Amino acid sequence: MAAPLGTGARAEESGQEKQDVQEKETVIPERAEEAKLKAKYPNLGQKPGGSDFLMKRLQKGQKYFDSGDYNMAKAKMKNKQLPSAGPDKNLVTGDHIPTPQDLPQRKSSLVTSKLAG
Amino acid sequence: LAGFGNLMQDVLWCFSQVKGTIDIGVTEADIISTVEFNHTGELLATGDKGGRVVIFQREQESKNQPHRRGEYNVYSTFQSHEPEFDYLKSLEIEEKINKIRWLPQQNAAYFLLSTNDKTVKLWKVSERDKRPEGYNLKDEDGRLRDPSMITTLRVPVLRPMDLMVEATPRRVFANAHTYHINSISVNSDYETYMSADDLRINLWNFEITNQSFNIVDIKPANMEELTEVITAAEFHPHHCNTFVYSSSKGTIRLCDMRASALCDRHAKFFEEPEDPSNRSFFSEIISSISDVKFSHSGRYIMTRDYLTVKVWDLNMENRPVETYQVHDYLRSKLCSLYENDCIFDKFECVWNGSDSVIMTGSYNNFFRMFDRNTKRDVTLEASRENSKPRAILKPRKVCVGGKRRKDEISVDSLDFSKKILHTAWHPSENIIAVAATNNLYIFQDKVN
Repeated sequence: MAAPLGTGARAEESGQEKQDVQEKETVIPERAEEAKLKAKYPNLGQKPGGSDFLMKRLQKGQKYFDSGDYNMAKAKMKNKQLPSAGPDKNLVTGDHIPTPQDLPQRKSSLVTSKLAG
Repeated sequence: LAGFGNLMQDVLWCFSQVKGTIDIGVTEADIISTVEFNHTGELLATGDKGGRVVIFQREQESKNQPHRRGEYNVYSTFQSHEPEFDYLKSLEIEEKINKIRWLPQQNAAYFLLSTNDKTVKLWKVSERDKRPEGYNLKDEDGRLRDPSMITTLRVPVLRPMDLMVEATPRRVFANAHTYHINSISVNSDYETYMSADDLRINLWNFEITNQSFNIVDIKPANMEELTEVITAAEFHPHHCNTFVYSSSKGTIRLCDMRASALCDRHAKFFEEPEDPSNRSFFSEIISSISDVKFSHSGRYIMTRDYLTVKVWDLNMENRPVETYQVHDYLRSKLCSLYENDCIFDKFECVWNGSDSVIMTGSYNNFFRMFDRNTKRDVTLEASRENSKPRAILKPRKVCVGGKRRKDEISVDSLDFSKKILHTAWHPSENIIAVAATNNLYIFQDKVN
């Protein structure tokens, strides 16, 4: 008697059981995809689709300028010359202390939509 | 009534119009983020990532050109939302229009709600075709006249002028959402509407902008315990006390506002039991509902998750009555779709006017229709190649493996950057609007 999928019931014949397992792996492509993903990113969170995604979703749009960090860093670097923003003003990383002026400014859309053209 | 195929009584979809430009590189701001017909289908509104709204109006059908069945032309366009920066929270607020919802027309003016992540606005769109002339205190250019030079009085008269369509913001409903607004829904009482973000739903009165009632709050006391978020919400089309909201876990809750002020306890809970042997890392992500829509009849709700569209009977909570596979062949691509973030794409779904056909988008600029009665489905494509006037759209097919026939496309050749997330169906006719990135396609059924 073949054990129905998903019940975990042991099949009477081990050969049948092996076939069931193989069937399961071919029937469920998501498992194969999951294995691929875990092979690429072994440190992927244990909670599948859990809080990490949700927290990221809730924090969408968060920029990294923090006035507390800014003031602390400014105090620390009081004696050093502040490095000016590099050629790419959009990239504010590393030792450079971000200032409000350095954050990429969002320009409002003054151009009419091309759908109306 | 819509069906499709090659039988005489079935619908053949034809290209009607396309709006927007053919650009090699698409400007981010031009990406269409919402499409919505008004209640009569006379107007069609689009919102984009740049915060702009464009409204098209259907031209009157003319006896001279019966084959041109009411084309949509630009009626009004305006900047609805601007980008903002919340310095307190270090949060950038996008001007992208997430949703537009029309109010039913009650006088000569048109009203719509448009929202970005944080602020809902009520816009009035009205026509002006007369202008007062003959003021006493100012001349025709508007310059003030010297009162001592005025010796006679005249009565200003209204003179006709070229039609001007004005859009004015009548209400701004701000500062009520900590998280990002994903839905707005006008209540059937036409006095209130709701706005939903990831964790809360608020009820507003159109006349009052400095207060709203919080009717759903699923924020846990400890954010570490957060397991699901609200993904979409909608009022029942007829019962002003009833609404539904969907979650990232694939469930839908129906709430009755008569039961209590805070609707944290649902009246109905719709969830399909999961087969535990099918569970994988991707299960919860692909079960997240990206859109929920009541049927026009109010008897059913339709939900869209990553791979399927489901129809639920309000009287049956334990499973959907219908499940349609949108693009099941993507199941074997989930790893790369996760890596390129496509697995988080939020597709919408729509009913036709008679609730007999449902439509949703897919990748490669494909969109799918499912006839609930005949159980037949079709895949069509929004493409400039099929854009000769009244050209009949040819059904498309994705080949899953093995031999690919001549006009089929293989899964590996699909362009995942061409996604159809937003579509709209005219309330009573077979006219559909399909947003393909920065272009808006309008298709109609064939006129004989």
